[in-house]
Amino acid sequence: MKNDFPLLARSPALHYLDSAATSQKPRAVLDAIRDVYETANANPHRGAYALSVAATDRYHAARERVARFLGVGDPACLIFTRGTTESLNLVAATANVHRGDEIIVTRLEHHANFVPWQQVALRTGAKFKIAEITDDGRLDLDYLRQLISPRTKILAVTHVSNAIGSITPLSEVVRIARDMIIVVDGAQSAPHMRVNFDELGVDFYAFSGHKMLGPTGIGGLVGRRELLEQMPPYQTGGDMIEYVGDDHTTWNVLPHKFEAGTPNLGGAVGLAAAVEYLDAIGMDKVRRHEQELTAAASTRLAAIEGVRVFGPPPAERSGVVSFTVADIHPHDLATILDQDGVAIRAGHHCAQPLLRRLGAGATARASFYVYNDLADVEALVAGVKRAQALFAHV
Amino acid sequence: MSDLYHEAILDHYRRPHGRGSLAEPDARATRSNALCGETMQVDVTLDEDRVRDIRFECEACAIARASASMMTDVVRGLSRAEIMSFITRLRRFVTASPNAPDDSALGPLVALGIVRRTPARAACALLPWETLSEALAQTLSLELS
Repeated sequence: MKNDFPLLARSPALHYLDSAATSQKPRAVLDAIRDVYETANANPHRGAYALSVAATDRYHAARERVARFLGVGDPACLIFTRGTTESLNLVAATANVHRGDEIIVTRLEHHANFVPWQQVALRTGAKFKIAEITDDGRLDLDYLRQLISPRTKILAVTHVSNAIGSITPLSEVVRIARDMIIVVDGAQSAPHMRVNFDELGVDFYAFSGHKMLGPTGIGGLVGRRELLEQMPPYQTGGDMIEYVGDDHTTWNVLPHKFEAGTPNLGGAVGLAAAVEYLDAIGMDKVRRHEQELTAAASTRLAAIEGVRVFGPPPAERSGVVSFTVADIHPHDLATILDQDGVAIRAGHHCAQPLLRRLGAGATARASFYVYNDLADVEALVAGVKRAQALFAHV
Repeated sequence: MSDLYHEAILDHYRRPHGRGSLAEPDARATRSNALCGETMQVDVTLDEDRVRDIRFECEACAIARASASMMTDVVRGLSRAEIMSFITRLRRFVTASPNAPDDSALGPLVALGIVRRTPARAACALLPWETLSEALAQTLSLELS
């Protein structure tokens, strides 16, 4: 598997355990990007000539491929964006929220699904409420039930916590949160588990290509057609218009209404190749593989004195192990592990409200993906022990 | 033994100098490193323009804590201007390329040159100094007002 990934193949001593931040790219993705620029490069939707038609076809095919991967029956409801952050900002910026409305976000959110809504509330005078979590880091469904009121208009909820890996039971959330817009941050679920948007029953789902073997700068927003059609454009300019008069403009149809400017052809084609690669493995197998590594790493780490692993039991987490080691700041730990070629993340993982609740200023986070194996887990555990020896007698 | 955590750094980390707070500081500043969730508090008292006493309190990594410990050794008796020029030198030093020559004017702080191999850590090395800089700026505005 590592041989499919040029960066990993050329760095055999590297134990890359930061895929929750960004994934490595398989050769198939890099080749697809190169191929589209070498064989079909023109501005999609513009030219009447054959090359532009080829570019348009490739761009459309990419959308259809990614839509199929995410269980989106109507590909026009998949808007290509720069990634999850832009997708969530698109929804927040165009949401029909007023003073007196309520917005609920959860304690598990990445800043990208927290700050935009906090700012909408500050701007509009809507009430901003936080759905709390249980002590082991799961969304507290009873608390959520209490928090919801007839005025609740938006529920912003992550599918998987990037910081501690907790998986939100969306089917239960959908049952509890009726008559409101449910906006799901799927940045950590689309890469790691089977997702079927049409079956989820949520209103919006945002994801990033670079976390799922695709290139940076491409991602998407999936939304329900009736909502996307009601929403005003997020950005205006080329491609997204139907008619531009001197004093008024009408908007293009979906998905173009939300894709102003020249589209990211290479990004879309690269992302399509990435989901092709993931489907060839099978998303159920991806999930099982990560569960095995997560369970192994959690068990091995928790057995070390002074180590605290955050979040619910491994079976209820995605491939994320967030932990602290007594008397060693996560930043020092990450630097010491780096000297052994073990790349992990240390910090607050863009989830400060969550880390405050967990009583940790920062954690170390190891995250797994398709190319990781038990040797990576061994290197992680050995590195933690080495750091403890180095910092002993502090 | 890890290169980044050689004895000069670990000694200060294990037995930091100047840790704590001052009962009646002329200025107290708190800063945090948003990237890694570190917080640093620096208290200073001044004699005229010169630092008389200094303490730090932190929730931080070994690099930041060692840098703060060394800072309390170095800045006593220095004037604001001397400290500001020292910080400028230190900032230039820790953000330089790993092969850049050491700056002997920085005294024991050259031990922090190790962060040049991991640029993300330069912010940790600088955190106590940025906090001191903010504290000194407070005393200035007090005088101006």
